[in-house]
Amino acid sequence: MIRPHDSVIVHTLARVFIPIIQLFALYVLIHGHDSPGGGFQAGTLFAASFILPVIAFGIQGSLTVLERRAIILGGIGILLFAGIGLIPLLLGEEFLNYGELPIPGMEASARRHLGILGIEIGVTIAVAATAVSIYYSLRERGEGEGN
Amino acid sequence: MMLFDDYLLLTLVIVTALGAVFVRDLFSGVLTLAAYSFFLALLWAGLGAVDVAFTEAVVGAGLSTLFFLVALFLTSHQEEVRKQFKVQMMALGSLGILGFLLLFGSVDLPVVGDPESLPSKHVSSHYLKKSLEETDTPNVVTAVLADYRGFDTLGETTVIFTAGIACWMLLRRRDDSAT
Amino acid sequence: MADIVLYRPHFVAFIILFLLGIYIMVVSLNLVKKLIGMYLMQTSIILFFITLAVKKDSTIPIILSSATAVTPEAYANPLPHVLMLTAIVVGVSTLGVSLAMVIALYRQYNTLEEDQILGKMK
Repeated sequence: MIRPHDSVIVHTLARVFIPIIQLFALYVLIHGHDSPGGGFQAGTLFAASFILPVIAFGIQGSLTVLERRAIILGGIGILLFAGIGLIPLLLGEEFLNYGELPIPGMEASARRHLGILGIEIGVTIAVAATAVSIYYSLRERGEGEGN
Repeated sequence: MMLFDDYLLLTLVIVTALGAVFVRDLFSGVLTLAAYSFFLALLWAGLGAVDVAFTEAVVGAGLSTLFFLVALFLTSHQEEVRKQFKVQMMALGSLGILGFLLLFGSVDLPVVGDPESLPSKHVSSHYLKKSLEETDTPNVVTAVLADYRGFDTLGETTVIFTAGIACWMLLRRRDDSAT
Repeated sequence: MADIVLYRPHFVAFIILFLLGIYIMVVSLNLVKKLIGMYLMQTSIILFFITLAVKKDSTIPIILSSATAVTPEAYANPLPHVLMLTAIVVGVSTLGVSLAMVIALYRQYNTLEEDQILGKMK
């Protein structure tokens, strides 16, 4: 049972910061093409925006189902990544060759651009879900007889 | 000759690393380790590795410090000091020999900043020349990570997912029924 | 020896950090201290690889316009950056699993010192 934090400063700041962190994480993910960024950084920032309400408001302050079942979302992220890579394999080309994805009306470099964006989204979901799940495992399930 | 800020950052990195390990209270050690991570991220951004610096600042200084603090919160945070003179002397002796051998071998490494050194030839120059026209992505690191070396990234994501499952299963409780 | 400090100071820093990490892992009896040493070792190796990727008078590997031809000397080497991104994330995953093991050990034996755990295990 994770209790909420006592200080009112933490509550107020968490209320202010959580949407800002999520917006920044989305920015880092989408702009991974043109500036430093990408899937791993965005995934960890998303995880921070889901861990911060648990720290500030206790286990009631989060989507409780999310903590317990977050690891399933991690699997969905990997399936998205591997699925985008598998589609060219089913069509006769190599694995993870995004230039052969069946999207009509685009040249190969634009298809690769979309493939990179797709797998970055998969990586973000996997990393965010796993980081939240590790935090939940350490904090909630770590409290046992000895503590 | 290196710039002054490189020397300054390297000194700060070594000083914070020494502070993180030679401190008795583990909370202070972990927070000094976070400072070490941030200085290291600054150093890498100064050396031109901006993606790596961003990832180290977010994942290394953020996530690993969080995990350390949670683990210390649930266990004890005072380290007991014991006298281990023999082990310390043996470790210092053998690590001194290893350090001397590494220094001796580092003379053959390329000078820092050499554009003709071997890691910069062959495949990496091909990635730099061809990545914008083949993948329509200005950020070469993202293009190499997601497209040219996408298989490594798939393996890495699987590793972090397996770590999540392993943490879940290691902290099983006696009253776990279906989870 | 002087040219090592003048022209390759990052390698000296890498050697110091790496050996410091090994020393702490060997000598310290506290489990969390050993994990701090492991983290130092991992980040020192990442420093080594990034140092190999530096080029003098070069900029970050983001190519903004396709108008001019790209000379590889003007950009930093992106390949070690990619490998080190993977290394950082794998390092943090290893740290998470190790800390889960430390918490499970503490739950069982109520101490974090290695020799006390080994004594209680007998």
